[in-house]
Amino acid sequence: MTNNKHTSPRRFFKIGQFPGFGITTLLFFLFLYIPLFILVIFSFNTGRSATIWDGFGFNWYLKAFNNDDIQRAAINSIIIAITATTVATMLATFAALILSRARKFRGQNISYAIIMLPLIVPEIVTAVATLSFFSAIGLKLGLVNVIIAHTVFCIPFAFMPIRARLQGMDSTLEEAATDLYANDWKTFRYVTLPLLMPGIISGAMLTFIISIDDFIITMMVAQAGSTTLPLYIYGMVRMGITPEINVVSTIMLCISTLFVSLAYLVGRKK
Amino acid sequence: MNQAKREATRRWLGLGPAILLIFIFMIIPLCIISTYSFLESNPYGGVKPHFSFAAYSQFLFELDFDDNVVFNPAYLMIFWRSFVLALATTILCLLIGFPVAYYIALQPPSKRNLLVFLVTIPFWTNLLIRTFSWILILRDSGVVNNILIWTGIIDKPITLLYTNGAILIGLVYTYIPFIVLPIYATVEKLDIRLFEAAHDLYANRRQLMRYIILPLTAPGIIAGGILVFVPSLGAFIAPNLLGGGKKLMLGSLIQLQFASSRNWPFGSAVALLLMAVVLIAMLIYILGPARKTDMGEHAG
Amino acid sequence: MKTFKILMLFFLSIALCTGSAMAGKQLFVFNWTDYTSPELLKKFEKETGIAVTLDTFDSNESLLAKLKAGGGGYDIVVPSHNFVPIFISEGLVQKINAPKLKGYENIMDQHKSPPWDPGNIYSIPWQTGTTSFSINTDVYKGDYDTYKVLFEPPSELQGKIAMFNAPDEVVGMALIYLGFDQCNENSDQMKQVLDLLMAQKQHVKVYNSDGILERLLSGDAAIHMNWNGYAMRARNQNPAFKYAYAREGVISFMDNLMVPKDAQNKENAIKFIEFMMQPENAAMQSNFARYANGIKGSGKFLDEELRTAPEINIPSTAKLIFIPSCSAKSIKLMDKVWTKLKQ
Repeated sequence: MTNNKHTSPRRFFKIGQFPGFGITTLLFFLFLYIPLFILVIFSFNTGRSATIWDGFGFNWYLKAFNNDDIQRAAINSIIIAITATTVATMLATFAALILSRARKFRGQNISYAIIMLPLIVPEIVTAVATLSFFSAIGLKLGLVNVIIAHTVFCIPFAFMPIRARLQGMDSTLEEAATDLYANDWKTFRYVTLPLLMPGIISGAMLTFIISIDDFIITMMVAQAGSTTLPLYIYGMVRMGITPEINVVSTIMLCISTLFVSLAYLVGRKK
Repeated sequence: MNQAKREATRRWLGLGPAILLIFIFMIIPLCIISTYSFLESNPYGGVKPHFSFAAYSQFLFELDFDDNVVFNPAYLMIFWRSFVLALATTILCLLIGFPVAYYIALQPPSKRNLLVFLVTIPFWTNLLIRTFSWILILRDSGVVNNILIWTGIIDKPITLLYTNGAILIGLVYTYIPFIVLPIYATVEKLDIRLFEAAHDLYANRRQLMRYIILPLTAPGIIAGGILVFVPSLGAFIAPNLLGGGKKLMLGSLIQLQFASSRNWPFGSAVALLLMAVVLIAMLIYILGPARKTDMGEHAG
Repeated sequence: MKTFKILMLFFLSIALCTGSAMAGKQLFVFNWTDYTSPELLKKFEKETGIAVTLDTFDSNESLLAKLKAGGGGYDIVVPSHNFVPIFISEGLVQKINAPKLKGYENIMDQHKSPPWDPGNIYSIPWQTGTTSFSINTDVYKGDYDTYKVLFEPPSELQGKIAMFNAPDEVVGMALIYLGFDQCNENSDQMKQVLDLLMAQKQHVKVYNSDGILERLLSGDAAIHMNWNGYAMRARNQNPAFKYAYAREGVISFMDNLMVPKDAQNKENAIKFIEFMMQPENAAMQSNFARYANGIKGSGKFLDEELRTAPEINIPSTAKLIFIPSCSAKSIKLMDKVWTKLKQ
């Protein structure tokens, strides 16, 4: 554990250990992962049922890949996620720079609260509020409606890792740059930004996942032809449970896992 | 003077876009639904520009079939169910999550990081998918029933899905990573020397837990608890998928008003109430444990 | 920095394109779940080059709510007959003037100019059928041509009932069983409806209008509110599923194609409507969904089974009841019953 180099961890291990905690942890991980395994395994089921095993096969994967609607939903999801991530990350970076660095100014706390607001408001409330707003002003721009909604709630998710990175960053490098007569822009571009990059990338990846996975807000705000992967899955669940749902779910699980792993690896780089 | 002005401009340029976006697309919409909650509902959907308290009185009272004002406990039931389920979820998450967080923190650093990572992965996967997997497990023709029938323990499937229990499982499954991580963070910061000191003073395990570990990890526990309780209150996916449309919670109640029930004012009112509860919970946290930690840090 | 800007502009432009005018050759259809023949859409795409996107809803109320919320951009929607006047009076749909369109003469005379849309100014028929329930005769062997088995179920059916998640269909059926008028404005009678439904609730497994086929086949439900076409598809998978024609009266419906006011591709929608007035296309849709259509001459393209199936050939003794379009007062009462039921 932290801040002690004198006592060996092994000794602590003996002192601080509690019986039964280990088993609980094992059961916990089983509980966490077994449903996901079931989901993935049955995507390879050859039969029509998602819970009664018939045999191993890729037929449902073939069916899913040939499905136009799935492709369209996937494309929509990706377009929305990339756009929302790009905009949100940019805005969050600027905001983080100002909020974490500038001397105390009036309205700093309020600004911070506003940026964090989408995190605090329950998602269903955000969803119905956004729907009411779009309906009231008659905004009907198809995919753009969803993109706007996603960008807004993605901002705090991008903000947090960037700010964390900023706070951990050593400001002496920037001060050195200023001493060497670099102007603000140059300092930013050649010193701050590269140092900040891992935080920005972390934030961007997490935002991407959040956007791809979003369901409630998208469901309320989506218009014709704006079906995303989660909406499509929901539609399929409504129609009837076949292994095709498992296939799409497995694919989404893989994408999420991939991105989280990448974000984690990038975030660990010092 | 110039420097200050430049500072200010830069500040607005940097913060401005983010704040503006959130203001227009979050704060204004929230104001709009606040207004809607005081308007009359249009039976075909939307609102009529008439002032009306109907949405709020609908919580407690209703016009029965003879147009008399009667006390209606039904929505209170939904509140109660949401509250109880959220509380049960939080307690269950704590009972499971604390040992797990503690155990992980005990591991050597390399193993520790791997375990934390394993906890985080499901957290980032799609909630709909994760909840859906429980349908596969709990339904009449699902995994649990299949196993029970196959081993001969029962011969007819038992109803597991579409019950309050199913919703509880779904909620715990959804939110348990939220509690493991904050508790882990506080346990990780525990100073080993305290343990040694306690050991030297002949404290047994129970005393160690009660007098040292729990008080010191309290901020993490409370933070985790709030992170679970608040979203559970307004959960939508778990009751919708696992509750069968018979067991409404606040989240599904709100969504229903903006969908087929077509009662926006009432939906807005419930949404505002949910927000109020959330804000109260956060206030309690900020004024309570968070402030205590602050003082602790300054003193120590 | 620059790359960021370029990327953002790039994606914004993609988004704007997909959001709006790239829709030159597009058609957005909003229909009931599992109610549109995929073959039909493919044929339409091949003949016209218009790409069709299909979204689904589960009840008239959901459709109404979506359109009222401005949820849109759909070019074709498919409400039931009793909701058509509401859509018209709320200004949610636009005129199509069907008599001026190609193929109008193909519409069966008895379906031309229906009471809910005189002159076919706003709609044409899509499919017509009945609403009743499917019952698994392996589970229940008795007489099922009465709503009694649904509302006051015998023990083998208790806990295995599935009802629609739509007030007007459920309340409508309850009103028939109790012998009351449709679109009821009498609060005493509606109170009895509520009592009936509340007593039934404990035996109901789920209120859901989707996934009917799957619920029946998996055994989750042994008796499920259903429409005749879907019931036929269930029976094709398992002959034990029979469709009931309750003695008390059978609900009849006609679903219609309409064009929302904010449709982005009105010309393409009109093309689709003209397409559906051709006998072979109407038959293709009927062959998929297993319902009768309103187009003359489609008979010779229909599957043999559709000619003889009990789900389509309604026994002459059955009392068909078309639910009329209800007044705001009766809708309010219906909503009251429904809200109390779901609480």
